[in-house]
Amino acid sequence: MHFHGEGPVARAVDGIDFQIHRRQTVCIVGESGCGKTVTALAVMGLLPMPPARIAGGRILFDGRSLLDLPADQWRTLRGRRIAMVFQEPMTSLNPVFTIGDQIRETILAHEALKEAQARLRTISLLNDVGIEDPERRASDYPHQLSGGQRQRAMIAMALACGPDLIIADEPTTALDVTVQAQILHLLQRLQADKQMAIQYITHDLSVVSAIADRIYVMYAGVMVEQGNPGQIFQQARHPYTRALLDALPTKEKRGQRLATIPGTVPHPAYKPSGCPFHPRCGFREPACERDFPQMCDYGDGHGARCPVIQRMGGFP
Amino acid sequence: MTAFLGRSLIQKTITLFLVSVVSFLIIHLAPGEPSQIDPLNPKFSPEMVERMRQEFHLDKPLHIQYLLFYRDLFSGRIVSWRDNLPVLNKIGERFLNSLPLFIVGTLLTWTFSFPVGIRSAIRRDGPFDKTTTFLAYVLISIPGFFFAYILIILVVTQLHVPVIGMYSFGIDTASPMVRFMDRVWHLVLPSVLGATGGIAVLSRYVRSQMLEIIGQDYVRTARAKGLPDDAVYYRHALRNALLPFVTMFGLILPGLIGGSVIIESIFSWPGMGRMAYEAILARDYPVILTLNFITAVLVLVGTLISDLLYMVVDPRIRL
Repeated sequence: MHFHGEGPVARAVDGIDFQIHRRQTVCIVGESGCGKTVTALAVMGLLPMPPARIAGGRILFDGRSLLDLPADQWRTLRGRRIAMVFQEPMTSLNPVFTIGDQIRETILAHEALKEAQARLRTISLLNDVGIEDPERRASDYPHQLSGGQRQRAMIAMALACGPDLIIADEPTTALDVTVQAQILHLLQRLQADKQMAIQYITHDLSVVSAIADRIYVMYAGVMVEQGNPGQIFQQARHPYTRALLDALPTKEKRGQRLATIPGTVPHPAYKPSGCPFHPRCGFREPACERDFPQMCDYGDGHGARCPVIQRMGGFP
Repeated sequence: MTAFLGRSLIQKTITLFLVSVVSFLIIHLAPGEPSQIDPLNPKFSPEMVERMRQEFHLDKPLHIQYLLFYRDLFSGRIVSWRDNLPVLNKIGERFLNSLPLFIVGTLLTWTFSFPVGIRSAIRRDGPFDKTTTFLAYVLISIPGFFFAYILIILVVTQLHVPVIGMYSFGIDTASPMVRFMDRVWHLVLPSVLGATGGIAVLSRYVRSQMLEIIGQDYVRTARAKGLPDDAVYYRHALRNALLPFVTMFGLILPGLIGGSVIIESIFSWPGMGRMAYEAILARDYPVILTLNFITAVLVLVGTLISDLLYMVVDPRIRL
């Protein structure tokens, strides 16, 4: 995904490859600005074009190439088979319509139902996501709900047509920690009930460990490591993944100063040559500044884009 | 709700009182009095001037003048110093003349600005957007009087219809149809002229407001739900983009009495704007102050209407 504006082309996401299977939860992890949301929006077909342009690659959904679909057919997939939950429930719900209206509208956009049937479905959806007194709540406006309830309403909206895939873009970031846990449980319960796949986007590794079946670590628009939670948390093979793990507060690190990663994610228009992470990497070698690293295979679906660590046979 | 109405009624009454004091003071502080308009006129002997001053109470202290003026205003007895006619009748007559101009101009402005602005926002940077942007800036930059004369020349020389005044002289004897068309032709040009500037400005507001809303998260959510573009733009975006214009809608009310000095002068239209302008030149205080007072009332009523409309259209606002 490239962004063409004034100045150099911003190559926001470049070289990612991931799969999501039914009933799986796949987590995309990375710092802010590394292309997670852009990836999600590309799958939804929601990138503003221009300035965005998909320069190459494929998005396959259920065997169909989304990028080759006419806009109208892609639209009918959106909301019906692929749904998205956004980060900020306050700004993502339309302030001038009731949440019941907004959910019902999704149902009516995709299914030939009577108004009354859609109303019933709306109430049962609100009930599913754990909103109490759903008949009355359906006629509330977003500003009358708490943050957690708003996110529940967003999830109800995403579930409206029984999607096969839900893309959740940091759905808990804007919420309190206790509400965060509730929303995570809700997503897990709904996934089990409705046999959905979830693509969960987050920068919070502690959330990832709780829900992921498979993890992809992104940095500066590139997948740098992939694997299941055991592989990522126990045997990370990329310095960036390792640095993220080191920055995580744990019981053992109580009382110590938390590690941080020096520097920031490069702007997509000004990415360093070679390995994008090399300016911030403690294991840097001269070759890192020159050669773009290939994915090193560790078997069993575990891979990392760092030949240095592979040669060293793991972190010292 | 009742509390809000009561509170705003009290506030607005206080505001109105302050406005009446300040406008009265400003008029009286301005140099020159009605008695000194024409000092070189030999008819204005010192005794004559003194008699005029007494007659208009100009020799009394300011606060007495203030009380006398507003007593006359509220009892409806107020007369113009210029021709001794009742001010309220004068205003009423001119108001009826200005009303068609105002209504047609406002209708044209609001019906054209919204489609133009919305379409430019949706097709941002497309040919339609670029063309309307260019035209809007042309119409904003071109002076009204200049544009008026160009239009008059075009209409008069090409279509051979008279456009000056409210109707053609001596038309009274013609058939009703001819009279009607004559009135329409006289109305078209000044109202179109009044509307063009309005359309140019308002459509730019609509465009930028719409663009801002299209960039909001909830519009993206509406797309993510798989809604058709029309529903995304006209239901989700437009409904929010319209909110600020509700405020403006209340504030066009004072325009009822304002009229347009320039357009009415160019077209010799006997409307409010020209009456106010002439009253200022003649230092006809009763007319100026009455117009001022009515305008203040309309502004306050307009803001009240805006507040109430806001409550109707924006569920977040409770009064």
